[in-house]
Amino acid sequence: MVVCDNIFYHMTIDLKTVKHISKLARISLEEKKAEKLATDMNSIFEFIEKLNELNTDNVEPLTSIAETTLRFRDDKITSENIREKILKNSPEKNDDFFVVPKVVE
Amino acid sequence: MSEIPSLTLYELIKNIKEKKISSNEAAKSFIDRAERSKKLNTYVTDNFENCLKLSKQFDNRPNFDLKLPGIPIAVKDLFCTTDVRTTAGSNILNNFIPTYESTVTQNIWNEGGILLGKLNCDEFAMGSSNETSFFGNVQNPISKDLVPGGSSGGSSAALAANLTPITIGTDTGGSIRQPASFTGTVGLKPTYGSCSRYGIVAFASSLDQAGPMSKDVKDCSILLEVISSFDKKDSTSIDFKRNNYSKELTNNIKGLKIGIPKEYRIDGMPDEIEKLWQKGIEYAKECGAEIIDISLPHTSYALPTYYIVAPAEASSNLARYDGVKYGFRSSGENLIDMYEKTRSEGFGEEVKRRIMIGTYVLSSGYYDAYYLKAQKVRQLIKKDFDDAYNKVDAILTPSTPSSAFKIGEKSSDPVSMYLNDIFTVPVNLAGLPGISIPAGTDKNNYPLGLQIIGKPFDEQTVLNIAYSMEEKINYKNNICDWWIK
Repeated sequence: MVVCDNIFYHMTIDLKTVKHISKLARISLEEKKAEKLATDMNSIFEFIEKLNELNTDNVEPLTSIAETTLRFRDDKITSENIREKILKNSPEKNDDFFVVPKVVE
Repeated sequence: MSEIPSLTLYELIKNIKEKKISSNEAAKSFIDRAERSKKLNTYVTDNFENCLKLSKQFDNRPNFDLKLPGIPIAVKDLFCTTDVRTTAGSNILNNFIPTYESTVTQNIWNEGGILLGKLNCDEFAMGSSNETSFFGNVQNPISKDLVPGGSSGGSSAALAANLTPITIGTDTGGSIRQPASFTGTVGLKPTYGSCSRYGIVAFASSLDQAGPMSKDVKDCSILLEVISSFDKKDSTSIDFKRNNYSKELTNNIKGLKIGIPKEYRIDGMPDEIEKLWQKGIEYAKECGAEIIDISLPHTSYALPTYYIVAPAEASSNLARYDGVKYGFRSSGENLIDMYEKTRSEGFGEEVKRRIMIGTYVLSSGYYDAYYLKAQKVRQLIKKDFDDAYNKVDAILTPSTPSSAFKIGEKSSDPVSMYLNDIFTVPVNLAGLPGISIPAGTDKNNYPLGLQIIGKPFDEQTVLNIAYSMEEKINYKNNICDWWIK
């Protein structure tokens, strides 16, 4: 097996990175939890870095296991009057709309 | 009839068709047993009242031509069921009542099945022990304080405890086969594209697949026949000719070539797993199969690949839980604050961990190094199987590297938990069918399973080998109902 030298960024995930990722993921994090998460993520990535052993320069990525091209469908409306159904589980709504905290002053 | 719950699906169908048992009697007996089995914590939501009503309706106008005539069935709480709460084991979907039905469950109701209720599972199917569920862990009926496996842990426990004659689970990295192995039951993950993903709460879409969990192989073939269907509503559903799996089931596997991959003999594997595997090889030979040594050289890269691909897809799929359209919402000072608090309070620790990993590997600058790399290795793993299938018809391995462990034993170390799926994950990455059948016990008398992996769309051969070996193995679960006073 050929060891590839150009791929992995073998770096530890620090607290700053964890906080940045939590922003991207839209998950608020307490300081204490962020530390635990950094530890966990580092041990998981240590385990993941094993892939670094493999040279994959000439390998096509596998994007779909089902060897078919995605089907097209006609651009037609197939369900009607489902507004009520769509809104049914919303935590907050008025008659026709989802309600969210004010975004425009 | 107190013994109804212990019947196999096949036997129950036979009794109902011969009018020896009514659908309502069957429903009553399963519900009665569930009421006395609350300690196992298998149900998240029951549908008992409605089930009794529907079973009476069936008895009034029975249709015995159906494949599941009036059969009460509990399903994993990852399948959306119209008007019945669907939680995926998560706080964020705690109050979610779908207005639509998953294709797989619809197929079951179309054939006469009646919903008993929704079974506990790891949150968003992320886990191997059912301990990540918001609704608490499930007890394995095999022994107290033992995990039932995961993520379909409520399904495997309910089945082994005779609370449902058959059930369905979903399998992204082993979530049907590992819990089947831990509870002495049968679990099949079909070929990717066989069973529609429509209406199943998504985890990792390129890996997720629904499948039957049953008391024996024959039952498994009956349910596969019902749930496997081409579905326009799932863009990766595949239109291939499906067999009448139960009709074509045979124990004649003479001359079939079964491969034994040397890479599955991993360091630190307990002796009893190795012995079980050897015993399995002997059984397969006795059944008339030819045993051939094969190599799947990239096996050890499967788990690291999986732990990039699955979290990446999960982080994308779970972006939909924003507290706006459905599910739990926390209050925030503004929209972003509301999103962040909703997701922080709505998701459990393991789910957040995987979303974070997935977000990281997909984030700017890291995509090529992690996600693209993993997709390339996935190609190599698939090619290993393609090459092997030039020489053999199926592959025989252990299902798991150990028997069921104690509740709490592995929950603090994510990587040791992930290692549970070492024999099952490659099958998902390659999109292949795989079954786990009970094959023996360890020193504590806990069940151990063997896995048979097939060629794509060749569920029939997988089932036939399993059926033939099952006869030789003659495994019987010895469950003493310790949870019933």
